[in-house]
Formats: sequence, structure tokens, C-alpha cells
Amino acid sequence: MLTIADRTFTSRLFGGTGKFASAQVMKDALEASGSEMVTVALRRVDLQNPEDDIMSMLNREKYLFLPNTSGARDADEAVRLARLARASGGGNWLKLEVTPDPRTLLPDPVETLQAAERLVKEDFIVLPYINADPILALRLQDVGVAAVMPLGSPIGTNQGILTLAQVEIIIEQARVPVVVDAGLGAPSHAAQAMELGADAVLVNTAIAVAADPVAMARAFALGVEAGRMAYKAGLGRRLSRAEPSSPEIGLEFLHS
Amino acid sequence: MKIICNGEELEVASGATPAELIAVLGLKAANVVAEHNGRIIKPEEYENCRLEEGAVLELIRFVGGG
Repeated sequence: MLTIADRTFTSRLFGGTGKFASAQVMKDALEASGSEMVTVALRRVDLQNPEDDIMSMLNREKYLFLPNTSGARDADEAVRLARLARASGGGNWLKLEVTPDPRTLLPDPVETLQAAERLVKEDFIVLPYINADPILALRLQDVGVAAVMPLGSPIGTNQGILTLAQVEIIIEQARVPVVVDAGLGAPSHAAQAMELGADAVLVNTAIAVAADPVAMARAFALGVEAGRMAYKAGLGRRLSRAEPSSPEIGLEFLHS
Repeated sequence: MKIICNGEELEVASGATPAELIAVLGLKAANVVAEHNGRIIKPEEYENCRLEEGAVLELIRFVGGG
């Protein structure tokens, strides 16, 4: 069982709600994923097409909403979005993301830390999306975030965990849960994160854009479960040289 | 009178409220959060918030995101 702040989660796979072909596919895929927490974004109502509404598709009893601050380019914008999310009944959980560069969508560490500090003081439960920087993770932990969410690779790229060595250090040092977020493109990537000892992963694009999002959601759930089980079972050590798995004695008859 | 709603100039009745505007758009008030001249107003305040000439209103809501 995973605990973040005051909530416990059975599933260690968190879902996103973006990029799905339809609200129904999103609902079915989230169901298949077993996720208990899902991210949502805040945007202007489209005055020409106002009826599109995901709130009505998702059961708030079943899914904890994790509003994100996507689109924020600095701490002030992130704080503004956070307050709007809370005012709109999104609760006080928040995926803090501050991405000033639309080309890379890499998070700004300075603005993220500043925003985290302000939002924790305003009683938000802050889960910051960060580059895989172990020192930043510690600094965020010190200001009171509920978890840290280092990226595997840039958002939406499906490249897997390019930040492996750094994520390993974050996991080793963190006293708050570590959720690997962004860039996980295949269930094997999710399994790898969990094998390293990550507490959970967050997946959106890889599930939403799959030819069969419902089957892919299930595949990710199995990957997360397998990785977690392997982590708990204890992986064998990595060696630089071969070590035979068959006995070395009893071969005299071949080499006489 | 004219207001600016989500960046667009809109003609609304004098003294209109966000509640009326949200109803015209066919939305549920509980699913929309508003900013009136930069100040957040909650759904329970929509009926009592009178918009003035030139008011800047933002209507925001949750959408799919990662």
C-alpha cells in the first residue's frame, strides 16, 4: 500500500486524462489501469464549444483528482492555477509543473521550488514535477512537498527513463514518495522505474495514444505490478563479468 | 453593456451575473471557476456578482491533461 500525505493507494499507477480520442475511451482506459489518482488540467471554457466536460465522465469517489499547473511558465502563474483548481472544487492536491520552454517542456527548478514553498504554506498537497535532480528533490522535501515526481524523459516523448542514474539517487535519498513521471512510453519503462524502487509512476501519453488504450492501460498496470514485485523480491547484483549458472565441476570428461 | 469574457468582447445585459452567462453557455456552475477582474469567485458567489461595463471575466474549467 502506498501512502502519500493522508491518502493510501492500492495501485501504484497514476493516470492522465489528456490526449484520449474520446471521453469514453479515457474512462475505460482509466478503469483498466486500476489508477486511483488522475491528473487534470485547467483551461478557459471554449465559448464556441462549451459543452466538452470531463468532470461528468469521471467518478470523483473513485478517482482522486490531481489538478496540474500545466501551462504555467513561472511561479506566479502556477500559484494562480493552483488557487483556481482549489476554488473549482479540485481539492487541495496539486501536480506542480512550471515549464517555461514549450519546445522541451522541461521544468524550471527555481520557479518550481519557489511555487512549492508558497503553495505548501497555503495548505496544498504539492507533488512537484521536476527534472531528475537529487539535490532539488531534497530541497523540495525540505519545504514540505508530499512527493517528488522526477521525469524519465521529456513529456510526451515515450523515450523511457533516460535519467536512470539520477532517479536512482533520488529514490535512495528521498523521505517522501518518488513518482516517476513523464516519458514512460512502454510497460517495460514503468517496470524499470518500479524495479529501481520508485513508489509509483504516472502515465498519460503512452496509454492515451496507443492503438488500443484500454489494453495498453492494463499492460502498464501489469508492468507496474511486476516491477514492484521484483523490487520487493530483491534483484540480483549486477556484475561486469560472466558468472556461470551451471556447475563448473563435473566437466572433466569433456576436457580430458 | 460590453464585457471581456475569455478574451472575447461580449454584449450582455446591464448588471448580468456570471451565473446567467454560464447558464446561457449551457454549463453547470459547479464545473466552472471564474475570475472577475483577476479575483477568483467561487460557484456559490456567481449569482450575487454583478458584472460592470468593461469587466474582465475568465471562465475556467477542468479539461483532460497529464
